[in-house]
Amino acid sequence: MYEFAYQKPASVADAVKLLADPEAKPLAGGMTLIPVLKQRLNKPSMVVDLARLGLAGITVANGTVTIGAMTTHRTVAQSAEVKRAIPALAALAAGIGDPAVRYRGTIGGSLANNDPTADYPAAVLALGATVRTDRRTIPADQFFQGMFATALEAGEIITAVAFPVPEAAAYVKFPNPASRYAMVGVFVARGPAGVRVAVTGAGQGGVFRHTGFEQALAKSWSAAALEGVATPADDLNSDIHGSAAYRAHLVGVMAKRAVAAAG
Amino acid sequence: MAPPFEGIGAAVRRKEDLRFVSGHGHYTDDINRPGQLHAVIRRSDRPHARIRSIDTAAAAAAPGVVAIYTAADLANIGGLPCGWQVNSKDGSPMVEPKHPVLAEGKVRHVGDPIAVVIAETRQQARDAAELLAIDLEDLPAVATIADALKPGAALVHDAAAGNVCYDWHIGEAGPVDAAFAAAAHRVRLDLVNNRLVPNAMEPRVALGDYDRSTGDYTLYTTSQNPHVIRLLMGAFVLSLPEHKLRVVAPDVGGGFGSKIYHYAEEAIVTWAAGRLARPVKWTADRSESFMSDAHGRDHVSTAELALDRDGRFLALRVSTLANMGAYLSTFAPAVPTYLYATLLAGVYTTPAIYAEVKAVFTNTVPVDAYRGAGRPEAAFLLERLVDVAAAETGIDRVELRRRNFIPRDAFPYQTPVAVQYDSGDYFATLEAAMKHADWAGFPARRAAAAARGRLRGIGMSTYLEACGVAPSKLAGMLGARAGLYEVANIRVHPTGSVTVFTGAHSHGQGHETTFAQLVAEQLGVPVAQVDVVHGDTAKIPFGMGTYGSRSLVVGGSAMVRAMDKIIAKGKKIAAHLMEADVGDVEFKDGRFTVAGTDKSKALGEIALTAYVPHNYPDDLEPGLDETAFYDPKNFTFPGGCHICEVEIDRDTGVVQVVNFAAVDDVGRVVNPMIVEGQVQGGLAQGIGQALLENAVYDADGQLVSGSFMDYTMPRADNLPNFTVATENTMCTHNPLGSKGCGEVGAIGSPPAVVNAVVDALRDFGVRHIDMPATPAKIWAIIAAGQPKMAAE
Ligand SMILES: Cc1cc2nc3c(=O)[nH]c(=O)nc-3n(C[C@H](O)[C@H](O)[C@H](O)COP(=O)(O)OP(=O)(O)OC[C@H]3O[C@@H](n4cnc5c(N)ncnc54)[C@H](O)[C@@H]3O)c2cc1C
Repeated sequence: MYEFAYQKPASVADAVKLLADPEAKPLAGGMTLIPVLKQRLNKPSMVVDLARLGLAGITVANGTVTIGAMTTHRTVAQSAEVKRAIPALAALAAGIGDPAVRYRGTIGGSLANNDPTADYPAAVLALGATVRTDRRTIPADQFFQGMFATALEAGEIITAVAFPVPEAAAYVKFPNPASRYAMVGVFVARGPAGVRVAVTGAGQGGVFRHTGFEQALAKSWSAAALEGVATPADDLNSDIHGSAAYRAHLVGVMAKRAVAAAG
Repeated sequence: MAPPFEGIGAAVRRKEDLRFVSGHGHYTDDINRPGQLHAVIRRSDRPHARIRSIDTAAAAAAPGVVAIYTAADLANIGGLPCGWQVNSKDGSPMVEPKHPVLAEGKVRHVGDPIAVVIAETRQQARDAAELLAIDLEDLPAVATIADALKPGAALVHDAAAGNVCYDWHIGEAGPVDAAFAAAAHRVRLDLVNNRLVPNAMEPRVALGDYDRSTGDYTLYTTSQNPHVIRLLMGAFVLSLPEHKLRVVAPDVGGGFGSKIYHYAEEAIVTWAAGRLARPVKWTADRSESFMSDAHGRDHVSTAELALDRDGRFLALRVSTLANMGAYLSTFAPAVPTYLYATLLAGVYTTPAIYAEVKAVFTNTVPVDAYRGAGRPEAAFLLERLVDVAAAETGIDRVELRRRNFIPRDAFPYQTPVAVQYDSGDYFATLEAAMKHADWAGFPARRAAAAARGRLRGIGMSTYLEACGVAPSKLAGMLGARAGLYEVANIRVHPTGSVTVFTGAHSHGQGHETTFAQLVAEQLGVPVAQVDVVHGDTAKIPFGMGTYGSRSLVVGGSAMVRAMDKIIAKGKKIAAHLMEADVGDVEFKDGRFTVAGTDKSKALGEIALTAYVPHNYPDDLEPGLDETAFYDPKNFTFPGGCHICEVEIDRDTGVVQVVNFAAVDDVGRVVNPMIVEGQVQGGLAQGIGQALLENAVYDADGQLVSGSFMDYTMPRADNLPNFTVATENTMCTHNPLGSKGCGEVGAIGSPPAVVNAVVDALRDFGVRHIDMPATPAKIWAIIAAGQPKMAAE
């Protein structure tokens, strides 16, 4: 690590002020940021710890599950309300990393980071969630802007994510054999926002919606409806763990399993 | 109530585990010396380049920096020595380029150390290391064996034409060729043994200390063999005499071979400590370990088997290319030759064998012995080849093996590849494993799996390996530049408790328990009253360390010999005290008894007399403290049968190991619980090699799988519950009858797993799958076999 200043402000407004310094970085669970700092890949002037901003917590009201940005994966995974309202979301959180990561890592950190192989982006995009920040709300379709890129402005803090409760949803992940992040993760949802299918892990540009699958499932919500619907491999990743063609194939397999699981 | 039995065969709980599992282990990184400085190594990020210049000015001016060293500062320091010389077919010695401590003129792999920065804190050393201005001129690199052998390929070392280190062979080609010409069946298989990164849980650490008052150096290091490090570093690198150099290897968190070798960092911190007259510590981080610890395996082979009409093996011909990496690591040349090709008879009576091995330099991390070292490569090649032969001759794979097993009554058995097996019963391990695995019930399980839409396969390997390196005279003839005996010092203290000083080193194997059990067995002293001391050249007379499953069979044998001396001396003292003839004194269960009488003395009484010799034989030295050097008469030859059962998800290609039965012949078992633990750990690593692990370099020489994000370590959920058992025949040439168990798991399992995977895919026309059998590879096979599904 390079040396940096450390602040733990007590209000969002104070945090935003500190983050006006373009070299300052917010810290949530630190599960991504700390390793990056340790490897000296980032040299912030200041680390602004978001732990005291009161951004952790889950509320369910009016058909919406709202999860504070600092809510840990473990809290989401264990939450009775989330399990009742959007069981697919609780299950997704339970499948992130390992227990230590789930105790520390947060939904806000995961979304701000927008790792192209992270799990949460698939849920946010497929459920048509809204990302709330210190200054505005951003619809999922506008939030993700390519790998590690989001609509967040410099110094903008995610405060919460609001998920409309779907009628049916499921997430199925094919973990990368080494990292256990998503090599291919498919989130399918049917609800107020229509039928939406989001794919994470596979795409070179990060999470994306699978319109071919959405159209097929809108006609008939069944795994069989996906039979023969193509997933173009052109923009998919290819690496030592699998070719783009393999990933394209897995997108189909995971989607079918997800639809079957969603019921 | 009689005390619990703790001798040979008792499943005594591991004495050392309380401190390990409660966080009280004492590892090298836990050691800090007053006034200690910190070293950070700046390594090459290029696979092959000329060093145009190194500008240290900015780094030297950085806060806290005490010294910066490059090769230019190490002019009087030797290169890292290679401990084994292999000669080519034509008798010429291998090409042995200098392995400099810090890169001289060129860097030859990503991770090659260029400079060391020593500062008051680690943070300052890291900061300063980034300020080094190193101007590198890229050179073309060769990252794989195939690239290195292409005509006109870039040379890793100018002295190694064609990048060949040696071109060695064993056996006689003539009879093999003749047998092939006359054979009813010929089977040929090309196969790769994948490159692995050992990844011990504890990264390497080295801490050099220098005592100004005495001029003594101490190196604390994560080593499997501190005396070997003292010898190599003292004699060849730093020119320090043994009496001025102490090497301490305290608790070590796993080695798997990677901590055998003498590494540059050990020499750097020791030398720098002397120069600066302050302790200097270096601790690797994980990323550094990936590119600086010796890797394992990395063979490309062609194997051919000739069989007669009945499936009897007539001849075996093997041609292997072995990757040495950029420099010769300490034992690298021996691994693909004397630890590999000498095992190619396996458990079979193949009368004629010829193998040639070409060792190749590449711009990659040096490759050396890794758990199994050569024998996994031999077992994988043979056991895959036998399965392919079974498929192609139409002879059942179990029957084909049985037909070719060395018969029970054929021992000692001389193979055509130099080694002579002392004992074994391959039928017994086969039958037991088939029973444990319910081989007969497999077709029903396969059908049931098919009904669930899954592909199920079963595979076996009947492997053999060699342990207990090694008879020094033979090793010397084969090119070893050291003796390979082991040393034990048994100290019976005045009140009867015992300390065992051993040249072997425990880095997870449970020696503190197993060796104490040997004392319990032979001297009748309870395990709780026996301490085992290892890992310090100042305490232990000498030793060659722990690798090649040698600690019990060689080191334990030395203990037996030293205890024989204790008993012999004790008898003299006892005879004197009991006024009997020495010849009439017997020793059993910790007591010296005059035969045929009820006169007896406990070991403790004899020990006290030895140290308080008031009433004592005139011609006997006081004390009860004996040392033995034991040089083994032969290798030992553990073997056995591993059976693996897998299920494959045909949609994803994911392989799940659903059953695994390992029945090994490890000779005399001292502690069955520890043996089971060793076998389980080996199986985990073997399954890791077969299905998960792969060190991949891209064409440019960058290590793509250079972190756990891409290097797939086996995890608990990749492994089934193992069924582990032994069917033992005794080693005939060491006093314990033991053969070694540390590596059998990693040696026997990879071919069993791959044979099972190939069996599961038998309807897809697949003949062989190279390791690791990843989901992507398997899906490609399934997709190719079913064109309709692939188009989906
Ligand atoms: C071993 C391991 C395994 C993992 N496996 C998985 C996995 O399987 N699937 C998966 O999806 N993820 C995985 N992760 C990542 C994990 O989910 C992290 O928790 C997540 O990526 C980052 O969350 P965090 O709270 O730790 O954020 P931090 O690391 O603290 O921050 C990450 C980034 O987001 C910024 N940031 C944080 N919070 C906010 C905010 N509220 N507003 C604006 N910017 C913010 C930070 O400045 C930083 O740039 C794994 C991580 C590890 C270490």
